[in-house]
Amino acid sequence: MAVLDSVSTGERSVADRPPPVPRRSYPKWARRAPLLPALIFLIVVTQLPFVATLVISFMKWNSLDPTNRGFAGFDNYVNVFTDPDLRSSVVNTIVLTASVVLISLVLGLGLALLLDKKFKGRGLVRTMLIAPFLVVPVAAALIWKHVLYNPEYGLFNGILNWLGFDAQPDWISSMPMSAVVLSLVWQWTPFMMLILLAGLQSKPVEPVEAARIDGASPFQIFRYLTFPHLRQYLELGALLGSIYIVQNFDAVFTITSGGLGTANLPYMIYQTFYQAHEYGEASAAGVIVVAGSIVIATFALRVVSSLFKEEAR
Amino acid sequence: MTRIFGVLAWFAGLVFFAPVAWMFLTSLHSETDAATNPPSIAAPLTLDGYAEFFNGGAWPPLLNSFSASIGSTIIVLLLAIPAAYALSIKPVEKWTDVLFFFLSTKMMPVVAALLPIYLIAQFAGMLDNISFLTLLYCSMNLPIAVWLMRSFLSEVPREILEAASIDGAGLITILRRVVAPIAMPGIAATALICFIFSWNELLFARVLTGVVAGTAPVYLTGFVTSQGLFLAKVCAAAVVVSLPVLIAGFAAQDKLVQGLSLGAVK
Repeated sequence: MAVLDSVSTGERSVADRPPPVPRRSYPKWARRAPLLPALIFLIVVTQLPFVATLVISFMKWNSLDPTNRGFAGFDNYVNVFTDPDLRSSVVNTIVLTASVVLISLVLGLGLALLLDKKFKGRGLVRTMLIAPFLVVPVAAALIWKHVLYNPEYGLFNGILNWLGFDAQPDWISSMPMSAVVLSLVWQWTPFMMLILLAGLQSKPVEPVEAARIDGASPFQIFRYLTFPHLRQYLELGALLGSIYIVQNFDAVFTITSGGLGTANLPYMIYQTFYQAHEYGEASAAGVIVVAGSIVIATFALRVVSSLFKEEAR
Repeated sequence: MTRIFGVLAWFAGLVFFAPVAWMFLTSLHSETDAATNPPSIAAPLTLDGYAEFFNGGAWPPLLNSFSASIGSTIIVLLLAIPAAYALSIKPVEKWTDVLFFFLSTKMMPVVAALLPIYLIAQFAGMLDNISFLTLLYCSMNLPIAVWLMRSFLSEVPREILEAASIDGAGLITILRRVVAPIAMPGIAATALICFIFSWNELLFARVLTGVVAGTAPVYLTGFVTSQGLFLAKVCAAAVVVSLPVLIAGFAAQDKLVQGLSLGAVK
């Protein structure tokens, strides 16, 4: 299969071979040496802060009240779980992530199927479709907020006006969550499309030809040949999309500033720590986010790992 | 039938591209023409929006962004290439475990580490300091770079390495004459992708920097609550700030998927 991971193409892959027999055998430390700088750097910068977060999450600590600092037990966790704002931010995170991932996956699949056909100007269409993904996220959110959604002079209401509709809705206040979702779908559909297009183009041709000769309809070909082949690409797109979008901060921060019931967990933590200076609670919320992410990450790692082994076989 | 697909694809392409095109067009309009309803498409073009953006203190944030993005990309490559070498060409024991450790750090939400990192910066007097941000961007991109570089380095044919070694080539010669030429396009793609991720980053930059070391995305957040006539200026700002990403993205187009999927999709 011409698929995933990069352990690379068939016979050249590293994993399926016994370790090479070097002419001159290097001692173990010499093999490990090139790895160490990267590994140590990453452990220091990414793992130690998590330990610190865990410690602070059990402390009473508001930076505006520095004398009153001490051990708090599980108080912060109780506060986090009983805080209605925080609970709604958990729901918002799930709603936001699920809707963006699903919608952009479906749209991306449609676009990938279209781009898999031959037509005039395919390269140009592909370029136009990738462009939204290459606009800096804050810039994209600003454009959606001010230039498209604005009730007075935004493009959407301008188009409505043009077409002769009287309605001039205030998009962001009347449907805040959908407004955020739509802008993110616009940015993430190209990502899904690229992954799925790569999947389609790695699909073996012969079975499709054979099925067509045997009289299979285009739908049957899609249902029984294309879709099963695409499944792992769909999974990968969904997982990677989830990992990136669960952490989304830019769109929520820019379009609604966390207001109107759109605050997600990253925004909530940012606010608890940066504006309310509740260090203990922000850390407890952080620990909860990590716990949640570990669940997603376990699935994600399992998928990547199975693709990895399949390729290495 | 095929014609319908072509028409549909063109339609979808134009719909997705429309906001980008509109951003570009509005950036070339005067403020009054930018804020009309219905929109004035054929209004005369002007560079006023850009002039105002660049005269409004946009240079320092842009330069900060360049130094953080380029600096972190260089450091990441220096760390990632040897690591990838030890995970592909001369693999250490349990190299898959190491590889998956790198990947797992990328799956942790950065927001959970925000507070301790802020406290460390505060303690070390590194708040509002672009070097500190550069260092953070290194850790953000290192796992991606290791995965990508490993995937590119494992494409170096084993036979050639062995042949070179039998012919008496030393390690340095092999690296320079065999590995480097094959891996170069991969290194370039990795660099471009790391650059894009650093350039786009907002959360850390927003929390850790201020007036001195603020990056371009932080500068853009100044427009979040803007009111009145500023559409041409905000569009000009969005175009300028996105331009490096658009250039890097299209330059790395072929490897973009591979990079974003951490090398999982070819």
